[in-house]
Amino acid sequence: MTLHYDVIEDDFISAGEASSDLKKVLKQLGIAPDIIRKIAISMYEAEINMVIHANGGTIDVEIKPDKIYICLKDTGPGIPDIDLAMQEGFSTATDKIRDLGFGAGMGIPNMKKNSDFLKITSEVGVGTTVEIEVDCAKE
Amino acid sequence: MKITVKDLQEKLVLKALTETPYAQTEVNDMYIGDLLSWVMSRAKEGNVWVTIQGHINIVAVAVLTGVSCIIAAEGAPVDADTISKANSEGIVIFTSKLTSFQLARRFAEISAE
Ligand SMILES: Nc1ncnc2c1ncn2[C@@H]1O[C@H](COP(=O)(O)OP(=O)(O)OP(=O)(O)O)[C@@H](O)[C@H]1O
Ligand SMILES: [Mg+2]
Repeated sequence: MTLHYDVIEDDFISAGEASSDLKKVLKQLGIAPDIIRKIAISMYEAEINMVIHANGGTIDVEIKPDKIYICLKDTGPGIPDIDLAMQEGFSTATDKIRDLGFGAGMGIPNMKKNSDFLKITSEVGVGTTVEIEVDCAKE
Repeated sequence: MKITVKDLQEKLVLKALTETPYAQTEVNDMYIGDLLSWVMSRAKEGNVWVTIQGHINIVAVAVLTGVSCIIAAEGAPVDADTISKANSEGIVIFTSKLTSFQLARRFAEISAE
């Protein structure tokens, strides 16, 4: 099963909508709650980053029996130093964004903690791609 | 004792901002926080989430964490579009004049009853 979402930058009005929708779909499919939680957290953080740091983008989700693969692509400013961006507490969020509760520098660390595979590729001035995988094979 | 959102509303004297029904939803703990990515990874399903953030993003955080309800502490303003979004997503938002600490103390008291 595949799903596609367009995330538009509109002052956060739609922020988190794709993640919320995927959560509902996964619930209907009967995916285990702890797996849904991991996916919800990691996809939300990546989706929000696309809205606050880039100018929106696209999300493609592939639901397979053994894993869920999420690919988020934007054409924003890119990340100059990915290793630095992965560190807890690192954030370039503006004061305006921080007032809304973002900018703890916990988004990417949350993605890392809540996924089984995370790959961020980025080129300055071109955009960023975040790939997330969560295993859901039943033990 | 098992605490429901309805108990919480009565004993903490909370005012509902949303029309979402809530009576029997169970509350298992309280989580206090305003940094969304922090709340996102720490708040647990069934918690009551106390915050001073009132913009629309709190609804997505509530949906994704599965908290039982949100309390806007100290009368923190909650945007009109946050409330309408919460209504459509089935999220309960209350407001209270009390501080997070006062709400937590009250919650601890009723949990011990
Ligand atoms: N899609 C993106 N495009 C450009 N820069 C990004 C993108 N995603 C992340 N970044 C950069 O990486 C930094 C760290 O991201 P991270 O999500 O960990 O923290 P944050 O978004 O700043 O704060 P938080 O997620 O805690 O609200 C960001 O501050 C930003 O500089
Ligand atoms: Mg982030």
